[in-house]
Amino acid sequence: MSINNEFRPKIVAFCCNWCSYAGADLAGSSRLAYPADVKIIRVPCSCRVNPMFILRAFEKGADGVILCGCHPGDCHYSTGNYYARRRMTLLFSMLDYMGVENGRTRVEWVSAAEGVKFSTTMNEFVEKIRSLGENVRLGDLRCKN
Amino acid sequence: MQRIGVFVCHCGSNIAATVDVKKVVEMVLLEPGVVHAEDYQYMCSEAGQAKIGAAIADKKLTGIVVCSCSPRMHEATFRKCAERYGLNPYMVEIANIREHCSWIHKDMQEATEKAVILARAAIAKVNLNAPLQAGESRVTKRALVIGGGIAGIQTALDIADAGYEVDIVEKTPSIGGRMSQLDKTFPTLDCSACILTPKMVDAAGHPNINIYTYSEVEKVSGFVGDFTVDIRKKARSVDATKCTGCGVCQEKCPSKKTPSEFNRGLGNRSAIYTPFAQAIPNVPVIDREACLKFKTGKCGVCEKVCQAGAIDYAQQDEIITEKYGAIVVATGFDTIKLDQYDEYAYNQSKDVITSLELERIMNAAGPTKGHLERLSDGKAPKEIVFVQCVGSRCSDDRGKPYCSKICCMYTAKHAMLIRDKYPDVNVTVFYIDVRTPGKNFDEFYRRAVEEYGVNYIKGQVGKVAPQPDGSLLVQASDLLDNKQIKMKADMVVLATAIEPNQGVRNIATMLTASIDTNNFLTEAHPKLRPVESPTAGVFLSGVCQGPKDIPETVAQAGAAAVKVIGLLAKDKLTTNPCTAKPDELLCNGCGNCAKVCPYGAITYEVRQVNDHGIREDRRLANVNSALCQGCGACTVTCPSGAMDLQGFSNRQLIAEVDAICR
Ligand SMILES: Cc1cc2nc3c(=O)[nH]c(=O)nc-3n(C[C@H](O)[C@H](O)[C@H](O)COP(=O)(O)OP(=O)(O)OC[C@H]3O[C@@H](n4cnc5c(N)ncnc54)[C@H](O)[C@@H]3O)c2cc1C
Ligand code: SF4
Ligand code: SF4
Repeated sequence: MSINNEFRPKIVAFCCNWCSYAGADLAGSSRLAYPADVKIIRVPCSCRVNPMFILRAFEKGADGVILCGCHPGDCHYSTGNYYARRRMTLLFSMLDYMGVENGRTRVEWVSAAEGVKFSTTMNEFVEKIRSLGENVRLGDLRCKN
Repeated sequence: MQRIGVFVCHCGSNIAATVDVKKVVEMVLLEPGVVHAEDYQYMCSEAGQAKIGAAIADKKLTGIVVCSCSPRMHEATFRKCAERYGLNPYMVEIANIREHCSWIHKDMQEATEKAVILARAAIAKVNLNAPLQAGESRVTKRALVIGGGIAGIQTALDIADAGYEVDIVEKTPSIGGRMSQLDKTFPTLDCSACILTPKMVDAAGHPNINIYTYSEVEKVSGFVGDFTVDIRKKARSVDATKCTGCGVCQEKCPSKKTPSEFNRGLGNRSAIYTPFAQAIPNVPVIDREACLKFKTGKCGVCEKVCQAGAIDYAQQDEIITEKYGAIVVATGFDTIKLDQYDEYAYNQSKDVITSLELERIMNAAGPTKGHLERLSDGKAPKEIVFVQCVGSRCSDDRGKPYCSKICCMYTAKHAMLIRDKYPDVNVTVFYIDVRTPGKNFDEFYRRAVEEYGVNYIKGQVGKVAPQPDGSLLVQASDLLDNKQIKMKADMVVLATAIEPNQGVRNIATMLTASIDTNNFLTEAHPKLRPVESPTAGVFLSGVCQGPKDIPETVAQAGAAAVKVIGLLAKDKLTTNPCTAKPDELLCNGCGNCAKVCPYGAITYEVRQVNDHGIREDRRLANVNSALCQGCGACTVTCPSGAMDLQGFSNRQLIAEVDAICR
């Protein structure tokens, strides 16, 4: 998918229902723009995101995956984001080892009140992925036609 | 295969101006399972919902995708709509093409492409949806109010009047909050105690209200309708059932050198004390850090003088466990510390005070018995300077970015009261803006200027320098006349920014209620749900949610009470059916899932399973769907892939990923 032949990355953003998804809504109602490359998937909690989903995204050709949750201590389910943080630290280092650079994965805490933070985070992330270019490592392995 | 209908909303021009809705309709018709697609002006309207209903009947739909605003806005609306037309409400998915698309993108082609992709993801998900049945949970008809200031008192009174039981937990020895420290109140200048004390008495005497003072919430578990809370009742060292409140102990106590918290440290109190004369309950506490009996083992005077035999040095903290259906946070505020504001010489001079300290000085029961005098030498001041916005509307990190909202009005109040009582005292107010929106507020401020001759100067105070003769040299700018001012003052009063009370972060964490960057509690919706927190069953009252004066606090307190009453009036709540469910053929009873469940919803039991014809007893995970809140922690922890979350299953989420990356 490219408009004007410019590289348009595919970016999947997992957002927890209580903080980050609401933060994204606030970014929307405040008209704080970020590139259309970002597509959000709503999950109840950041701890619902199975590392498998992220691997799957890269296999299917995603160029970057970002996971957003409530700030530490503010998780709607008390502890979910701590699990997410631990799991992702492991997964991201493994992905880096497999050739999916650390810049393509990110965990960010965004509260329901942080529309500005949501938008700046997404702008930064897209910028980063654009600078890294297309993800070829996992995408090449299978599934991509 | 599902039969899916897709409904694309224009939202007036909110969506249709940036997303080509016709194109979206055309594109989604190519998706597997989609048998119907249409667009309409306002899908959430009666007419829009009727269109959905008609399509459900005509096209025998088994699932629905609505491309519209955020599911946080109208998911419930469309679920109810589906149910009304005979479809299981959990066969509905929303593609958020407004907040996440049309509102943030400008280019029509780009926004349309994205809208199609978001719709595809929702369609892919619905293809895997299964009907779910919501369960029911009971409602404990009792409310907890944390904080006993005017906000907490008013909320409790309103709930109690509606016939429900309420407990107030207040951390200090008395209810009353900041309002009990104020002298007179704007905009009417009635005395604070005269309007507050009757409410405190009402609360204490109300058959439905139970007050725990000198107590704090220690642990919260459960969820809306069914919270379990541990309250620590700190040892008062006085038996409240015996104490008659005569006050002899406080008189006779030899340890009298502890700065009084109630008087903001301007006077001292004894080790055994009630914070102020009208305290409720009128039962003193022993401050064990200051008490000689506790420090040295010698003394015991209070025990000897207490006729009622109420002193109990051996009293221990007590933990009370109670169940509640709803919790209201009303923890109020404090003024910020001024350690970083050296330019105002607050720490160097006793005659530089905060406005809250001035309230105590002006109060007849305060440290100077209501006489306006300098704390350094007891002399009557002739020249007083007020500085507004100290730490408010501040761009550096010494202060707060927000407007504290009450300072313009209370400064006008202070200036007016001083000019009224001491007409020969000159009063100068330095301000950045005077903000007086509120009923009779601007009139009040103008009276201070016009009738009472208060000298208002638009400008900032750069420095307050204590002089050898005991006076204070105030250096400021006059922004309207564009000149520098140097003037001598006998007293400087700082309208200090307010901030949420210290412990609020801890309370918010226990309640999993969110808090903003300034530590104010966040409301569920800034406009439409201002007294609810995003956590179901948790409500907000008073300044803990944002700066407010007393009238606004009381209004919000009543609104929070109404929400609580609405909840407690229900006998049952429907529970979220999106709960975890283990696959009994995959589960091997390893026990990992229970370890990560924050609600203790998972237990294990031995059950017979039929594994492809082989019958055997196996240890299996079992989820209590009334306790499960559907976070999904267990699903990722499960090493066998046995645990899945209904409504957000592995297959559904992977289908969304695939649709987006296609
Ligand atoms: C100098 C000054 C002058 C003012 N003058 C006026 C005026 O003239 N007119 C007017 O309308 N408004 C005035 N106000 C504003 C007024 O004080 C507030 O609007 C009002 O007090 C807010 O009430 P509240 O109950 O929300 O908070 P608070 O009064 O702060 O009460 C909160 C209560 O919660 C308790 N608490 C805190 N944390 C916990 C915890 N973790 N557990 C249990 N309990 C806890 C506190 O001890 C306190 O009792 C003035 C404010 C100041 C600073
Ligand atoms: S989803 Fe799993 S971990 Fe979360 S509450 Fe339900 S059973 Fe517990
Ligand atoms: S983690 Fe999975 S396998 Fe282990 S007990 Fe729970 S559901 Fe069964």
